[in-house]
Amino acid sequence: MSTATPSIDHDAYLKMDLLRLMTCGSVDDGKSTLIGRLLYDSKTIFEDQLEAVEESSKRRGDENVNLALVTDGLRAEREQGITIDVAYRYFATPKRKFIIADTPGHIQYTRNMVTGASTANLALILVDARHGVVEQTRRHSFISSLLRIPHLVVCVNKMDLVGWDEQVYNDICSDFREFAAKLDVSDISFIPMSALCGDNVVDRSENMDWYQGSPLLHHLENVHIASDRNLIDPRFPVQWIIRPHSEEHHDYRGYGGSVASGIFRPGDEIVALPSGFESRIKSIEQMDQKLDEAFPPMAVCLRLEDDIDISRGDMICRKNNQPHVGQDLEAMVCWMNQVPMTPRKKYILKHTTRECRCMIQETQYRLDINSMRREETEGNLELNEIGRVKLRTTHPLFYDEYRRCRQTGSFILIEESTYETVGVGMIVGN
Amino acid sequence: MAGCYTLGQHPETPLSYSLTHLKTLESEAVHIMREVAAQFERPVLLFSGGKDSIVMLRIAEKAFRPAKFPFPLLHIDTGHNFEEAIDYRDRRAAELGEQLIVRKVEDSIKAGRVQEEPGPNPSRNRLQTTTLLDSIDEFEFDAAFGGARRDEEKARAKERIFSFRDEFGQWDPKNQRPELWNLYNGKIRKGEHIRVFPLSNWTEMDVWQYIASEELEIPSIYYSHQREVIDRNGMMLPVSPFITIDDSETPRTETVRFRTVGDMTCTAAVHSPASNIHDIIAEVAAARITERGATRADDKFSEAAMEDRKKEGYF
Repeated sequence: MSTATPSIDHDAYLKMDLLRLMTCGSVDDGKSTLIGRLLYDSKTIFEDQLEAVEESSKRRGDENVNLALVTDGLRAEREQGITIDVAYRYFATPKRKFIIADTPGHIQYTRNMVTGASTANLALILVDARHGVVEQTRRHSFISSLLRIPHLVVCVNKMDLVGWDEQVYNDICSDFREFAAKLDVSDISFIPMSALCGDNVVDRSENMDWYQGSPLLHHLENVHIASDRNLIDPRFPVQWIIRPHSEEHHDYRGYGGSVASGIFRPGDEIVALPSGFESRIKSIEQMDQKLDEAFPPMAVCLRLEDDIDISRGDMICRKNNQPHVGQDLEAMVCWMNQVPMTPRKKYILKHTTRECRCMIQETQYRLDINSMRREETEGNLELNEIGRVKLRTTHPLFYDEYRRCRQTGSFILIEESTYETVGVGMIVGN
Repeated sequence: MAGCYTLGQHPETPLSYSLTHLKTLESEAVHIMREVAAQFERPVLLFSGGKDSIVMLRIAEKAFRPAKFPFPLLHIDTGHNFEEAIDYRDRRAAELGEQLIVRKVEDSIKAGRVQEEPGPNPSRNRLQTTTLLDSIDEFEFDAAFGGARRDEEKARAKERIFSFRDEFGQWDPKNQRPELWNLYNGKIRKGEHIRVFPLSNWTEMDVWQYIASEELEIPSIYYSHQREVIDRNGMMLPVSPFITIDDSETPRTETVRFRTVGDMTCTAAVHSPASNIHDIIAEVAAARITERGATRADDKFSEAAMEDRKKEGYF
């Protein structure tokens, strides 16, 4: 194994940004092999991890080192050769740091995919070149678009098994494009590869000189993600009130929270919801620093010119740009629990830093996530099902459509007796 | 409302609004700490004097200053700790002016809550789980911050940031609450608690880079020094009153440092001339073995060692 030492320049390291990506698929698609390959070729797998994997591979009777074993963390997963849950993997190149949310791809793991997708900037969709676009490809792509992952990369894998044939690749690309026209995704790229052989993962393939694009890692390092966030609509859900109660800071009152969207600067005129009181930002602070501006996802402390009544769950925004305020919501809900969602039932709802109760009014339709067709329903949503739901909350929420702002457009539902997180929602409108 | 906007369609966004990955991780951790402060009655922060818990304290300062932390610090002292780490622990807590609670495994043994492992080289790694769970009961803590990171170990890679523990303190990897966006469900019943890992998404390198950029002091054992060591199971263990040295083992003095701060019975030294934080960073960058694999005897027993200990209530 190479002992290449990446030169770590402190200043350069501090300038790197962060890309969160999701992979979905099963061992059959070569997903774990692809991740193993990315980690291995980018020199992220350490010697002791590789040794452990070599040993397990031998014990299992695998012929080659099974790179899939790098990602499968729980005993049951290694024994059964499956991925049960979302696993997070980390690697960095001199350009960027990456967090991989690795999720299982079968339909019974839809909830895990939804979980991994909720924070991702980019999704890797694996297609087996021998089988082309199949039901699972459509499902993964649809979930990515539903959760508003801005970038999709279709990895046409196992090209070695189709003789590195350009025609096979082109046909798959046009099949995918045709189906993806129905999706709401702005950026789709295609890469022919063989994760097993390492072609077009980190290094350019020597077997496919007809492909002019970048290998996967180069693409991941360069895809433009700075515009993925909403910097237009200032939203600051108040999370924690900072009141020192000390001699030195007698009258200090600050509002701790994370910027959900938009940009805040000292001097900005703001309005606090639900009170409607107006004031101006006196300063934006973090520990002993004063900042010139705050944008997502910065966690800061806002101080205002006036002493107005604000508490956790309130929202600070601009007077001329306010979120919707209301108790009646329509949302795409994905059900995460064995016990189905039923109309008229009440749940605890968490939205930004706000918590209230809600009642399910009705399920308008259920989505077949393989065909993307709307289906009629009696009203229940079973585990892993997604449907459009109307609900009413006990208190007003300050929200935006999910497609406009992920942070102010999402919520979770909690069962009132078990306290389990049973459902998640993306607000469509009202 | 501003003009039509959808995610991923704003090419004119100035680059100055991009946040570096360390600042992104810092913001995520601050958000998590404030969320715990708001959702729980009695949180506590596990502070050992190790580098990860040192970073957690800085995150807490960023989340709550100029006010005091809305929780005390707790250290489970196995009695096998490095003196330098204990000194550092007490000094740092005093500097910050925060309350430090110490509970000792020694006292759990005296009270008959646990028994010292038989044999000449007992490890107290497992015993500290009982002391920790007893402390959680004693103070009725409902949330405990730990510095564990997902890059450390395979089982941890699958653990939630809010990790639910039943009344026995156990982790059930197959029954974890879904965790989406930055919405955290901290609802529990009496007797249950949540372990919270604000540094879940940090790597070892991130921790060191953060310590460098925040200019944080760390215990001296992280830096190169002369120390008496013995070879055992392919690792260099520090000579201490807590291990029994047999005839085949010859203590010798080496220039070493430690990559983690754990018990002296199971934390191995590595050869190193690194005498400042930038040397350490260069060394970590060049290292080809993970920090746990290199220096923690406790994880070597089986492929699923950590998974098993976590199910019992270990951090």
